[in-house]
Amino acid sequence: MSELVSRQQAAVAAQGDTNSPLRDHHVHPPHLAHHFESPAQQYDSAKIGMWVFLATELLMFGGLFCAYSVYRHNHPEVFEYAHHYLDKFWGAFNTVVLITSSLTMAWGVRMAQMGAKRGLIVCLVLTLLGGVGFMIVKSIEYSHKYHEHVWIGAGNKYSKAYNGPRNEEGPLSAQHSETNALTDKEREHTATLNQMAKPVATTEPVGQPWRDPNMGTPDEAKIKPMQVIPAGLSEAARQQQIKAVDEHKHSIKYEDLPQIEKDRVATFFNIYFMMTGLHGIHVLVGMGLITWVLIRATKNEFGPTYFTPVDLVGLYWHLVDLIWIFLFPLLYLIH
Amino acid sequence: MSTTPHNGDQLHAPGAHAHGEGEVHVHLVPPWLLLGVFAALLFFTFVTVAVTYVDFGRTINVWIALGVAVAKAALVALFFMHLRWDSPFNGLVFIASLFFVALFIGIAVLDTKEYNVNFLPPTSTSARPQ
Repeated sequence: MSELVSRQQAAVAAQGDTNSPLRDHHVHPPHLAHHFESPAQQYDSAKIGMWVFLATELLMFGGLFCAYSVYRHNHPEVFEYAHHYLDKFWGAFNTVVLITSSLTMAWGVRMAQMGAKRGLIVCLVLTLLGGVGFMIVKSIEYSHKYHEHVWIGAGNKYSKAYNGPRNEEGPLSAQHSETNALTDKEREHTATLNQMAKPVATTEPVGQPWRDPNMGTPDEAKIKPMQVIPAGLSEAARQQQIKAVDEHKHSIKYEDLPQIEKDRVATFFNIYFMMTGLHGIHVLVGMGLITWVLIRATKNEFGPTYFTPVDLVGLYWHLVDLIWIFLFPLLYLIH
Repeated sequence: MSTTPHNGDQLHAPGAHAHGEGEVHVHLVPPWLLLGVFAALLFFTFVTVAVTYVDFGRTINVWIALGVAVAKAALVALFFMHLRWDSPFNGLVFIASLFFVALFIGIAVLDTKEYNVNFLPPTSTSARPQ
């Protein structure tokens, strides 16, 4: 430790002395690791390493994009129906937030290269605020979906394994929680529906796991119906009910989906949560890294000769932005 | 990352004005370019949202959305991520990973239609005995 410090002091002193053997032999800046020839070589190696890491990140997300592609290719109607649960406005808002934070990050790298400490700190704080804003919007969206029962796995009302309140608001509003859109007359219908649906619900306990009818002897009784429609309701009244909850939001109506596609609506949400969830984790990691760089920036550690951490964290942050640039149109803007 | 202990004051003083061999080459992206890329990204975001209100058919709309996303990604990678001025090797690593992702998705999508999507019978109420 003390040997290092004294060598540094000698190195600094040698800068002014052209005859010193330290100057042309083994002078190196304190941030240059011993196994590198020069700061440039160290910087280039760090950058290549970061790009290789970013490549592996892309390959990891590639798996999810692959699942998305295959599923959308096979079930376009499912995507057209289910994406209406995502709010275009919040998606676009978050896109703008991430683009802006990418700008401030790129500007921050510039500031670090110029040795402008104050500018760098301002840029990093703004970038961090962008990340905070993004996560706040994301959590609003997630909690909204949780309360609409379009959550992950068994928390999704479209799933066969759904274990949430099935008949508490009526079987139709278990599909769509927008009961406010119903008129008084339609509410009466819903109440009647509840009455009729109850016996069905007690014969089929909600907690019973769904059984694949293809395994073993097919047993019709074990196939859990996804939507209980009492026989007593006239076809016209049923259509009216569905219209009331479906029409103002969905260009494709749930009832118009083939049954085989109805069973797959829940998978859209699983794909949505996996993709945006993994992306959200990356935003959180990026925020942590920016905080780390910010702390180092306040200690005046970066300048024209050494700005590698700012640069590499910037690359990571831009990649997170880049992935969102694809997630936004693919999930929110399905036409 | 180098963790060599050092004194902050000594760090910048020697190297700041030096242009010796092996110094890190500093390339500053001009502010007008950063702002220009930012404006272009905002414009493309507007376009990709606006296009969803026009019906070009399912397939065309998807390809427009993807095309705009690729243009935005190219802007971010070239200018914000500095690839435009970087060693071509970094770009090669990036392009190679995109190539393999494309290969992965392309081949996977190619044969999805070879499987029976209706393997599980529908669970409609009509499937139950009347």
